[in-house]
This record gives sequence, C-alpha cells and structure tokens, in this order.
Amino acid sequence: MRIGRRGFLRGAGAAGGALLVGGGAPAKAAASPQSSTGDVEFNGMLIDTTKCIGCRACELACNETNQLPKPKVDLLSDSVFAEKRDTTPDAFTVVNRFPNEKNPKEPIFVRRQCMHCNQPACASACLVKAFEKTKEAAVIYNKDRCMGCRYCMIACPFDVPKYQYDSPLPYVRKCTFCAQRQKEGKQPACAEACPTGATLFGKKRDLLETARTRIYTEPDKYEHRIYGEHEVGGTGWLYLLGAPPEKLGLQANLGTTPYPELTAGFLYAVPLVFVLWPSLLLGLNHMVKNEEGGAHGEQD
Amino acid sequence: MANRTESQAAAARRSPTFREELGRTIRFFLSELKPKGKIITPFNVITGIIILAGLTLIVIRFAFGLASVTNLSQAFPWGIWIGFDVVTGVAFAGGAYVLTFVVHILKLKKYEPIVRVTVLNGFLAYVFYAGALLLDLGRPWNVVNPIIGNKFGLSSVLFLVAWHFMLYMICEFLEFSPTVAEWLGWKKLRKVLHGLTTGAVIFGITLSTLHQAGLGSLFLLAPTKIHPLWYSHNIPIMFFVSSIFAGLSMVMIESFFTHKAFSDRIGHELHAAHDGIILGLGKGAVGALFAYIFVKIIDFVHYGLWQYLATPMGYWFLVEFLGFVCLPTALFLYGVRKRSVKVVQFTAFLTAIGVILNRLNVSVIAFKWYEPKHYYPSWGEIVVTLAVISMELWVFRWVVNRMPVFGPHEAAEEAEAEVVRWRTPA
Repeated sequence: MRIGRRGFLRGAGAAGGALLVGGGAPAKAAASPQSSTGDVEFNGMLIDTTKCIGCRACELACNETNQLPKPKVDLLSDSVFAEKRDTTPDAFTVVNRFPNEKNPKEPIFVRRQCMHCNQPACASACLVKAFEKTKEAAVIYNKDRCMGCRYCMIACPFDVPKYQYDSPLPYVRKCTFCAQRQKEGKQPACAEACPTGATLFGKKRDLLETARTRIYTEPDKYEHRIYGEHEVGGTGWLYLLGAPPEKLGLQANLGTTPYPELTAGFLYAVPLVFVLWPSLLLGLNHMVKNEEGGAHGEQD
Repeated sequence: MANRTESQAAAARRSPTFREELGRTIRFFLSELKPKGKIITPFNVITGIIILAGLTLIVIRFAFGLASVTNLSQAFPWGIWIGFDVVTGVAFAGGAYVLTFVVHILKLKKYEPIVRVTVLNGFLAYVFYAGALLLDLGRPWNVVNPIIGNKFGLSSVLFLVAWHFMLYMICEFLEFSPTVAEWLGWKKLRKVLHGLTTGAVIFGITLSTLHQAGLGSLFLLAPTKIHPLWYSHNIPIMFFVSSIFAGLSMVMIESFFTHKAFSDRIGHELHAAHDGIILGLGKGAVGALFAYIFVKIIDFVHYGLWQYLATPMGYWFLVEFLGFVCLPTALFLYGVRKRSVKVVQFTAFLTAIGVILNRLNVSVIAFKWYEPKHYYPSWGEIVVTLAVISMELWVFRWVVNRMPVFGPHEAAEEAEAEVVRWRTPA
C-alpha cells in the first residue's frame, strides 16, 4: 500500500520534474540523508532513554537559555510526573515518566522536543518559509515572516510547533536546537546540562554508530531499532528506546516517507494543469465559436 | 420628443466629458447606497443582531488572541473558521467556474440567464469566506508576505492556494465587471471589460481546478492524523470533483431562495427557463457525483477500507457517503427522469449537507479522531461564522437590487431605448 503510493508519486515526479516549480530541494536531501548539501554534515542528538534519570536539568537549561517564563510548578519538583505533559509555547522540551515492564523499579524517562527532521513537514508546509532547515540540521523559525496560519501544526507528524493562542501578537514556538549556540561552536544547552549523557550532541553519522554499538553491546537493554533513523525520512534527533515507542509516548505509525513527498505529486501536476487547461479550453472555445459562425453567444 | 429644444438635443448628441461622467457616476453611486425597501424586517433584525455580535467578538479576538473567542488548542490548530468558512465556502463557490465553463466555453445559451448571479455568488463567497481566513490568522497583516516575496514558500500547497485565491478573485471580478459597468452606465468600459471575459474565464477555470484540488492537498500532510476513511492520496481529486456538485447544488439552492426573495428583479427569460435550467443542473451534478463515487470505490479497494466500517467512525462515514452522496445521486436521477424540479431542488439541499459533512470531516471531525478531548466549535466561533454569512447576504442583496444580475436590467433597457429615440432623427 505504502509502496504503491510512493511509486505513484515518483511516477508523477518523473513526468512533471522538468516543469517543477518547487520541491526540488527535498529530492536532493533524500540522496544524502546525513547532510543537506554534501559539504556540511548534519549535527544530531542522541537521546538514550535508558540513561535518563528524570532530573530535568535539560528543561531547566532550555528554560534559561531561551529566556522562557518560569513554569508554575517548580522545575525541580517531581510532582510534574503525575501526568503526561506536552511541550508548550513556553517549554520547548519536557520529560515524561513511563513504567518499565522489564524492571518495574526503574521507570523510563523520555524527553520530547522538536525532532529536527531531515525533510521537515513544517518547512514544506510553510508558505513563507518561516520554518527553514539550516545546513547544520536545526529547523529554525523566522518570526518576521510568519502570518500565524498554523499549517505547520497540522503538518508536523510529532505535533511539535506550539502556538500562542493567548496573545494578540502570537508566534509559533518550538525547540531551536540552540542554533545560535551551535554557530558559536557550543553544544545545545540541554546536552551541556545533561549529567548522565542521556542527551548526547554530535555529528549525526557518529551518533548513529554510537547508538548501534550500544544496541550490539547490550542487546537485552534496548529495543533493536533507532527511533528517528528512518521515521518520516530520518530525523536529526535519535532515540535509543528501553521499551517499544508506543509505550513511551512516541508515535509508532509514522512510516518512512519524507512528508514533502506527500504533496510532491500534486505540486508536480500544477505546471501541467497550467499549460494544458488554457490550451485545451481555448481550443474548445474556438471550436464552438466557429460552429456558431462567430457568434459570441451572449445575450447582451 | 418634439418639444425638446435644439440645444438639449445637441447636448445629448455630444458625448459627456470625463468630468461630467465622473460627477454623474458619483451622484448615482451615492444615491444607490441608500437602502431600498423596508428596513425593519425579521430578516434584517436577526442578521443585524448577529452581525453586531460577530463584530464585537472579532474585536475581542484581535485584542486578546484566538483563545478568547475560539476553542482552538495546541492539538486542534484549525477549527470551523477554516474547516467551514474557508474549506467548505470555497467548495460551494465552485458553481462559478462550472457555469462559466458551460456558458462561455461550451456556449450553451440555456444557462446564460443564471451565469451572472452565479459569478456574483462565487465572487462574494471568496471575498467573505476566504476573507474569513484573516480572522483566523495570528498576524493577518503578514498575509501579503507570500505575495510580496517575504518569502516564496514554493514547496507549500498553501502558497499555491493563497496565490490562487487572490488571482481567482480578480478573475471573478473581471467576469462580473460588465454587469457593474452596465449599472454605472459606462458603455465604453463595459465593452472593454466584456472583451476580457473569455480570458478571465479560461484563467479562472485553470485556477479553480488547481486550488479546489489544492485545498484538499493541504491535508495530504496529515496522513496519521486524519482517519483512514477520509485520508487518501486522492483527496485532491475528490475535492475537485466534489466542488463541481457542491457548486451546482449551491446554484440550485441560491435560485430556490432568490426566486422567492427577488422575484420582481428576475427577467421574463429566466422565469420561463427556470425549470429547464434546474433539471439541467441536476443532470450535471449526477455526472460529478458518479465520478466521486467511483474515486471513493477505488480508494476502498486500494486502501482496504472495509475493515474500518464496523467502527463508530465507520458508521459516521456511512452516514456521509450513503446518506449524502449515494442517496442524492439516486434522487437526482429520479427527479430528472420524472422532470420534478421539486425533487431536484430538495436533492440539492441534501447534496450540500453532504459536502459540508465531508469538508468538516476531513478538516475537523475525523482530524485526530483518536484524541480523548476533541475540538468542538465555541459559540463565539459559530456566531462569527453566522455573521460572515449574514454580511455576505446583505452585500448580495444590495448588489442584486441594483445591478442587472438576473438578465437584462429593465430600467437600463428603458433608458437605452430613450437614448436611441433621441438619436434617431424623427
């Protein structure tokens, strides 16, 4: 079923490729998933859920670095684990606690934030490029372009972008992968703050090797997959899982198709319709006109 | 005529200067602004209250943010302002491109009497329903960004839809503009504008094909969020095909009401041809409905949708598909065979409900059907939606009561006859 759809898109793509208006970039990125242009390697982040102790130092560091408002519940109180939390416009990352079936005494902590997809759905959805993928891997937000249509929120498979519904001058907000700090040669604040190495910053290629090594070395501890390696065409942030993704609040049904491909077929058809319809309609119009002996067929 | 003086006749023969013409037009326009007919009617009072309430809510929305008026949330970024006002409203505006195709491209004279009112309806639908999008945007003044190039999001379907909305509004205005020129008495300009019609129609049909399908394509980016019974790679095709019967149904519904409300404005030609036109539109709708059903069947086979039918969402899907797609198809066939205008008109209402259900299902109801706390519209969202519809009806009525929308303008014809009599030497 899935292959059928992708095959269809490829076929449509081949037919319309020469007339393509946009959407060329995703195809390029698909050819080399570890980098955007070939010269700069993507950075990445490896989240090892078995190493996370739920200290929430990442949340604190994120809050401070991004100068976000102080949360209502104290950042160091454990009471937040009582219910599953989602990121908000003022909290770009949150840690949740899940029961561990293998070892009930040690729950599994999983943090959520933007996954920084290789081919982001939000960026392909945005009609003003308010969301853009940088060549270092961060998906960043250009707030002066955004009109607040929230199509990025409809499109994001991870439901990451959050909107300031309470503000008359709202923005869309999400994790920035500390793009500014990366430019300055520093690692993202959360990775720097993590005391256990559960959040590990590095080149994505290296992180994938680290992740595989950990799975090979301790095959009983981990799920035998790297979440984010193939999901929606690959994400910048990778997860090593202590339990199946659906038991850790992670979307398990996303498939491997990069989201920009979902609309590529339609976009390829646009220039075709633009050249075919006017020609055919004009032909039809003149055909009928001649039949009528030049009459314009208007009552007035 | 004989008692007219020589100088008056000379003045009539000399074509008016631009200043005279402009002055006349402004005086005429100002006189036309005044309301016609009774002001205190049940319709005016009710819609007036709704509009006032809606405008108040719009002020609150812009002062305090979307959360102050709507039920939108992080999980449900689009509510009925998008799902109903924009997505459904634009589908119903599809009648304009279908009828201009039939009348201006295929040159079927039969449908000429209703083409103007349909284009007017389509144009106003875009102005008001697509315009309602501005209420939903967080920073509506930035709506110009994709047009002025800050930046061009070429990989976005929404980029295409935004441009097409704007271009299509211009096309529809051009298609309607000869009527405006007739109303204002601008004969030369009318000729120029009339010459542009075929071009505007061809461009308009092309744009409509793409953005009707494009509105559906928007939802291609939510494959895991829309219930499998509604998500399909064929959404663009289905949105395009259903906009044909949505548009045709709306033309029938609109004619049902306008024949009651504006019977004095409707020319003899349209009165005489009315039944034949409605039956013809019914036949057209049947064709599009069958096309839609076939695409849906292909989807059933391709995606193996049978497995979802015996679930709550499956029953809901069957209500939409059997009750408001298949049943209307059968009723249209029956009505056309029996030449019953009443059955066809009733079926048009049924079809329209089906289109509303479908658009709301894709954009709101079957969107994140799995969420325990699902979105439902707040009363504020509903009032604002009703206010937008009321405002559109007011403007529609204002135009219909003044411009020659239903065939030739009788008053204009008389005036024209008068001019001809002056000019012809006795």
